[in-house]
Amino acid sequence: MRPCGVFDKSYALDIAIIRTWQHWAILISALLVLYLFPLFGSYYLVSFINLLSISIIVVLGLQIVSGLCGQISFGQAAFMAVGAYTSSILTIRYGVSFWLALPLSGIMAGAVGIIGGAPSLRIKGMYLAMATIAIHFVVIWLILHMQITGSFKGLYPMPPTIGGFEFDSDERMFYIIVTVMIIMTYGARNLMRSKVGRAFVAIRDNDLAGEVMGVNLYYNKLLAFFISCFYAGVAGSLWAHLITVVNTEQFTLLHALEYVGMLIIGGMGSIPGVFFGVLFIRILNELVMFASPALAKAVPWLGSSPAASLGLIAFGLAMAVFLVFEPRGLAHRWEIFKSSYRLYPFAH
Amino acid sequence: MNHLNSEDEAVIRIQRLSLKFGGLQALSDVSVDIRSGKILAIIGPNGAGKTCFLNCINGFYHPYEGEILYRERDLTRLKPHQIASLGIARTFQNIELFSGLTALDNLMSARHIHMRRGALLGCLFFGPTRREEIAHRERVEEVIDLLEMASIRKKTVGSLPYGQRKKVDLARALCMDPSILLLDEPMAGMNVEEKEDMARFILDVYELKKIPIVLIEHDMDVVMDICQRIVVLDFGRKLAEGRPQEVKDNERVIRAYLGEE
Ligand SMILES: Nc1ncnc2c1ncn2[C@@H]1O[C@H](COP(=O)(O)OP(=O)(O)OP(=O)(O)O)[C@@H](O)[C@H]1O
Ligand SMILES: [Mg+2]
Repeated sequence: MRPCGVFDKSYALDIAIIRTWQHWAILISALLVLYLFPLFGSYYLVSFINLLSISIIVVLGLQIVSGLCGQISFGQAAFMAVGAYTSSILTIRYGVSFWLALPLSGIMAGAVGIIGGAPSLRIKGMYLAMATIAIHFVVIWLILHMQITGSFKGLYPMPPTIGGFEFDSDERMFYIIVTVMIIMTYGARNLMRSKVGRAFVAIRDNDLAGEVMGVNLYYNKLLAFFISCFYAGVAGSLWAHLITVVNTEQFTLLHALEYVGMLIIGGMGSIPGVFFGVLFIRILNELVMFASPALAKAVPWLGSSPAASLGLIAFGLAMAVFLVFEPRGLAHRWEIFKSSYRLYPFAH
Repeated sequence: MNHLNSEDEAVIRIQRLSLKFGGLQALSDVSVDIRSGKILAIIGPNGAGKTCFLNCINGFYHPYEGEILYRERDLTRLKPHQIASLGIARTFQNIELFSGLTALDNLMSARHIHMRRGALLGCLFFGPTRREEIAHRERVEEVIDLLEMASIRKKTVGSLPYGQRKKVDLARALCMDPSILLLDEPMAGMNVEEKEDMARFILDVYELKKIPIVLIEHDMDVVMDICQRIVVLDFGRKLAEGRPQEVKDNERVIRAYLGEE
């Protein structure tokens, strides 16, 4: 719904995302603040935004395959691992520049994703979810049993460089990560309103009718997996060169579960929902980290570091609350808020 | 005379179509020509095989015998999406819409087969992709005007009343710019007023596009009014075929509908 007084005079305007000069003003100032942030923000917050941005890229991918196309995937952490390892191997062993390794990691993860997504051609829902869990373990097993991945020891990729400039701190990586995140958000948002996005939603809402509209189910499901895993792969590459150490401990099924949780809490099928979901879970995790020492002191029988289990409990609780009370996620709340704000002071 | 001939050309020839589910013979030996520029009604009691007949044409079911020739091409081994891209559009008895989308997006999704820009250009969404999107939006808006749907354009279809959803289903099929339109009980469950509207829309579409329309319908009054030919199915067999009046007076049809006396 449009705010009162805003009418679309052409189809071009109707389909535009950014419609008024106020929107442009808000967008540009927000970007300005974001890009200047490392100059005045604390190290802690800069690292936090790096982490958020990488998670956002992963969950954007998940939004495409699960939120839009309706194919539930618990493989996102494994596909991220494929990206992280591809990027590390390419830069360390083959001397490929990070700037080339970044898209190649996405493509590699996408290719693995097509294989991983193949079961979706035959099975749906719960069974597909189980199949993707199996794929997660196969990928991690393969990584652990290959020579080139450094097996249990993992790999130590270098920070990216341009000319002589090294992106060797969180503040410096911030610019790369945030830029990639913005580009990929832009891409996902556009994909959603394009022919391909509608084909994905057609498959999600009614695959029978989708076929009658001429949507090739096989092709489009695999395309959704490819794009989704491309996102995960790119995120993995950024992660690898930010942390500069890669091992399979960073990509467990629990991480995959967390990404699905972010998607559900944020809201399926919505791009702002991805941001809400990631922010919610990441802040929750920070709060748990913050609270657990105090808790350990207050309730000694919990052990010396209850953070791990407390985190799981908080996550599980949040998931349950959202599934029961707001299964459409924070994005839906946000829509309700927006439309009531626009209609204020009228009720409808 | 020439004009008449081209109107009578068979666009789809269905020959000796037979379909089985386990022991159940859903269709046996059905031969029908779908002719250009005609509205063909398919009638018959419940379970006669009418929907199965459409499902064979658009590729959901594959008959074990017989062929469906569309411009000399056999459709029986093609997938539904391939048949759709040949321009064969249909609606569903039980309304199969994309319920989470707005009416407009439902219709835009029907432009799928006509749109060329793939995923990569879709992500960028300026220049050619944007122009394509707007061009197709214009085509969709024409259908919205034709079916008087402007007021529900931006409504989520899941929230629309039954009659409106039926209309979106028809509109979506039209947005494919089809060369043949298959309608499975478009008026079922509607009140008299909605039925009249729907009949009018079907006639409008027919006048405007001059494409063959296959209409499955139970309401004999409607069928008599708007169709030029009628095929009667019963227990998967073709019982009769002909002009409305002929079929209405046919002994066997009367018996099938009213039972043996
Ligand atoms: N997928 C299927 N599997 C098994 N049997 C089926 C299937 N689809 C249809 N049938 C059977 O085929 C027969 C014909 O069904 P169909 O749906 O074509 O009837 P119909 O003429 O459309 O009836 P109605 O007027 O009730 O819509 C019915 O006996 C039905 O039970
Ligand atoms: Mg039927």
